[in-house]
Amino acid sequence: MNFNLNKTQELFRQMIREFAEKEVKPLAAEIDEQERFPQETVEKMAKLGIFGIPVPKQYGGAGGDNIMYSIAVEELSRCCATTGVVVSAHTSLCMSPILQFGTEEQKMKYVPKLASGEWIGAFGLTEPNAGTDAAGQQTTAVLDGDEWVINGNKIFITNAGHADVYIVIAMTDKSLGTKGISAFIVEASTPGFCIGKKELKMGIRGSATAELIFTNVRIPKSNLLGNVGEGFKIAMMTLDGGRIGIASQALGIAQGALDETVKYTKERKQFGKAIAKFQNTQFQMADLKTKIEAARLLVRSAAFREDEHVANPKVNFSADAAMAKLYAAEVAMEVTTKCVQFHGGYGYTREYPVERMMRDAKITEIYEGTSEVQRMVIAGKLFGKIK
Amino acid sequence: MKILVCIKQVPDTTEIKIDPVTKTLVREGVPAIMNPDDKGGLEFALQLKDKFGAEVTVVTMGIPAAEIILREAFAMGADRAILLTDRKLGGADTLATSKQLAGVARQLEWDLIIAGRQAIDGDTAQVGPEISEHLGIPQITYVAGLEYNPKTETYTVTKETEDGHQILEFKGKALLTCLASAVKPRYMNVGGIVDAYSKEVEVWGADRLGLPDEELGLKGSPTKVVKSFTKELKAPGQIHEVDAEAAVELIVAKLKEKHII
Repeated sequence: MNFNLNKTQELFRQMIREFAEKEVKPLAAEIDEQERFPQETVEKMAKLGIFGIPVPKQYGGAGGDNIMYSIAVEELSRCCATTGVVVSAHTSLCMSPILQFGTEEQKMKYVPKLASGEWIGAFGLTEPNAGTDAAGQQTTAVLDGDEWVINGNKIFITNAGHADVYIVIAMTDKSLGTKGISAFIVEASTPGFCIGKKELKMGIRGSATAELIFTNVRIPKSNLLGNVGEGFKIAMMTLDGGRIGIASQALGIAQGALDETVKYTKERKQFGKAIAKFQNTQFQMADLKTKIEAARLLVRSAAFREDEHVANPKVNFSADAAMAKLYAAEVAMEVTTKCVQFHGGYGYTREYPVERMMRDAKITEIYEGTSEVQRMVIAGKLFGKIK
Repeated sequence: MKILVCIKQVPDTTEIKIDPVTKTLVREGVPAIMNPDDKGGLEFALQLKDKFGAEVTVVTMGIPAAEIILREAFAMGADRAILLTDRKLGGADTLATSKQLAGVARQLEWDLIIAGRQAIDGDTAQVGPEISEHLGIPQITYVAGLEYNPKTETYTVTKETEDGHQILEFKGKALLTCLASAVKPRYMNVGGIVDAYSKEVEVWGADRLGLPDEELGLKGSPTKVVKSFTKELKAPGQIHEVDAEAAVELIVAKLKEKHII
């Protein structure tokens, strides 16, 4: 068993760390303050191939693996959680289901443009009345001749308004329950599709989170993703991958806060010495570091398992992804909260990045399945069917 | 167009540790990077590749672990990479290094050789110019800009000087030494990174150079390092709050005292 990154992954980590430090970090406070989508960073990332990391070369991707993708989201989020989630939602929630469930024609049509970053992707599952209970879909898709007609609303959609392609989950036969749900590929330019209310959020404020409104949106019959009735399964399997992205984001936020706090506590002097010299600081920071490393191993292990799944679809990584996300998210919240405490009054101000990091960390316990949902997934795997 | 770019792996630190006995650099425990000026030079070469399809070969002389900067060069877009490594070449000063690199250049076809101005570990700025002397080609140092006109087959170079810059134009073969500050090197491309380890790094030994043993490595290095030390911080200067005339007198007196004027 080898816990080290391979040479390619290590070279990639070197590049993405440098990119995040030089290009992403300087903008992090500004895009948070202005609640502005980091378009200029998106363009730079597109040029480097960051939007197509785990995509085979035949579809215009970099031909990398999910460990590299996870490292990318981690390193970007270490400097700016907003930038991390732009890549995560695009990669895990839009490109990945097309690669996994799409026809060859759909893959050739959409993946190269998404992998190159020419197009940005998003995913619409959540509705006002279908959050954790994702089966309660009210958005409908009705077949009319050669077209599907979609009506309804989606909320809290990451990358909304900036994405060119959306994976949309909708009810095609309510009488069948979750088996009556299907998945579709919707282009943003389709008439009847528009962006509604933009959310004003606590954290990841540069990330665009908004409502999608479908009013008689007609898409070709061929834009059905997978088979009719497979939408719920596609959504759940998509979220398995997404959770590794969010776990990586949480890990990056935690690492970023820890790095800032190591620096701060070595500089900040109280009672005549650097606060890093106090045993309270040392012991607490040692605990945080240990938890971050434990989270990293879980995240890497889940990404490794996902790579195995790509090679052999029989490999299931749901519980691995859920454990990685559950743990990394809770570690991120704990680490950032304690790091604010180490900064004292300064930590509560926007003068230091830990304030933003604490706000950013919270969402990782909520989106792409709350921590409670992760526990349901893990328990489901642990207990199986209980008589 | 074929371009040969000389790059070097250097320790990424401003505080270089020196072995007190051998007077050479201690490399253990210090992160190693591609020398910044060399990376600037590689960027200039890659820009010529982007615009005119130049074929870019990178060469480095160093320990086997220096291979990583060649992989990095692949991931940035270099086409071919040569690692010159041999125990016989160890301990080379700038003279031996430049002879060895010129030896590599003699085995290859190229139109242009690009090197960094200087390496952040040695700061000599000698290797580039010495290579050009060994090869008998013109050199332009402190290059901050490089353009090529395919119609006239001429290069236009901006050379930085202490008080400004010169614009120079030339045709034919030459060696340029580049400044890191003049250009922003591209990041490695993700697809390039994925391919970097499947490409071949050519490993060359001393036998490929056609040079006599006495010109190689420590034997071929007349430079002897007598003493190495970390530069100490200077004491703060003196502040004299006087009017302009008194200031001139004061400065002149101080310069005379130090026999500067």
